[in-house]
Amino acid sequence: MAAAVAAHEAGVKDILLLERDQYLGGILNQCIHQGFGLHHFKEELTGPEYADRFIKQIENLPQIEVSLSSMVVRLTKDRVLTYFKPGEMVELKAKALIMATGCRERTREMVHIPGARPAGIYPAGLAQKMINIEGWLPGKEVVIVGSGDIGLIMARRFTLEGAKVQAVIEIQKESRGLIRNVVQCLEDFEIPLYFQHKIRTLKGKDRVESVEVVEVDDNYNEKPETRFGLSCDTVLISVGLIPENELIEMAGVTDVIKIDLPGVFVCGNSYKVYDLVDWVTRDSVKAGKMAAEYLRSQM
Amino acid sequence: MKKKITCIECPQGCQLEVDVENGYVVKVTGNKCDKGTDYAKQEIENPMRVLTSTVQSDGLELKMVPVRTDKTIPKSQVLKAMAEVQKIKLTQPVKVGEVIMKNILGTEANLIATRPAAKRSFPS
Ligand code: SF4
Repeated sequence: MAAAVAAHEAGVKDILLLERDQYLGGILNQCIHQGFGLHHFKEELTGPEYADRFIKQIENLPQIEVSLSSMVVRLTKDRVLTYFKPGEMVELKAKALIMATGCRERTREMVHIPGARPAGIYPAGLAQKMINIEGWLPGKEVVIVGSGDIGLIMARRFTLEGAKVQAVIEIQKESRGLIRNVVQCLEDFEIPLYFQHKIRTLKGKDRVESVEVVEVDDNYNEKPETRFGLSCDTVLISVGLIPENELIEMAGVTDVIKIDLPGVFVCGNSYKVYDLVDWVTRDSVKAGKMAAEYLRSQM
Repeated sequence: MKKKITCIECPQGCQLEVDVENGYVVKVTGNKCDKGTDYAKQEIENPMRVLTSTVQSDGLELKMVPVRTDKTIPKSQVLKAMAEVQKIKLTQPVKVGEVIMKNILGTEANLIATRPAAKRSFPS
């Protein structure tokens, strides 16, 4: 949205904004906690409030056409894109294209947790969506793997909703998340955070029943005498994000950082993983301006 | 009594050692600047938090409507306030910033919506 508004301000008058979801705002809609906008709006907002500021701007700019529930499935190097929206398949050629496709979560498979494969294991962001958007609580006794911000935020969220968060397990020596989140999401609720620990095995038949945790040394070797068990019906994985760039790869880009397709620009978390949305906005504004400049140079 | 807390006023995250007497801060060490002292006082003597959560809805386009308190409330009241939030069922459309519950638990903070929710236009 920031890129669209910036391109519009820079003189582009025919802009189409394609959104896969039924609403604008992307991941911000499920980030109901505070911590957004301190730099951009000089106010501390929640994710939905931050998104709403941009949605209102977009609504007031009729030259930006919004198409919701629209999923792009194909992109060529000449910027021909194909997308589906309810009841329709559309193919069109863009003169310039800005990709802001975000990230997906790293999964359990990428962090190698040995043991059974029962139900009850979720990427932390998915659990966030289940609670904050769908209103389902995925479990009552939770262990969180990885101390990324989403994991920390979810520790508090589960606690507020009445679940017991047994622990956060982090293999590194320090938290990957903001100190503020360690304090306000864990310490406030006396949730233990174990550094240099990992899950040794995961147990459970149909549903997770427990995990075995073990301390590791500086070379990530297990210290077997430190093993202990934690009962849980839910394990959240919060071990980082990966940019979602299949479309530009389909168009032939191999390195998103030095993207070499004329007229194609990438911004937001699909460019690199940001920890503050304010910087996403700042850089997306740049992408919008660059796209406008490119269009002018082609006239 | 000595307490250890982490200052969160900036990314330095100084480990503060705080001497507390009868609930009041008498001495702070470990802070790299004055903000650390103020933070320790606030955190030990009167910790405050903004509560963010969701409320259920009926007949609106969103199943869950996100909410927050418009001011901080005492940390000790957070779970009690949460119990109040869980009782709410929204049936009328809301705009961002609209008050959903006034003066929650007498804290003078109002619960406000943080995302707009219109009436649901189709049954589901
Ligand atoms: S004491 Fe000062 S320098 Fe240290 S974390 Fe707090 S604000 Fe930052």
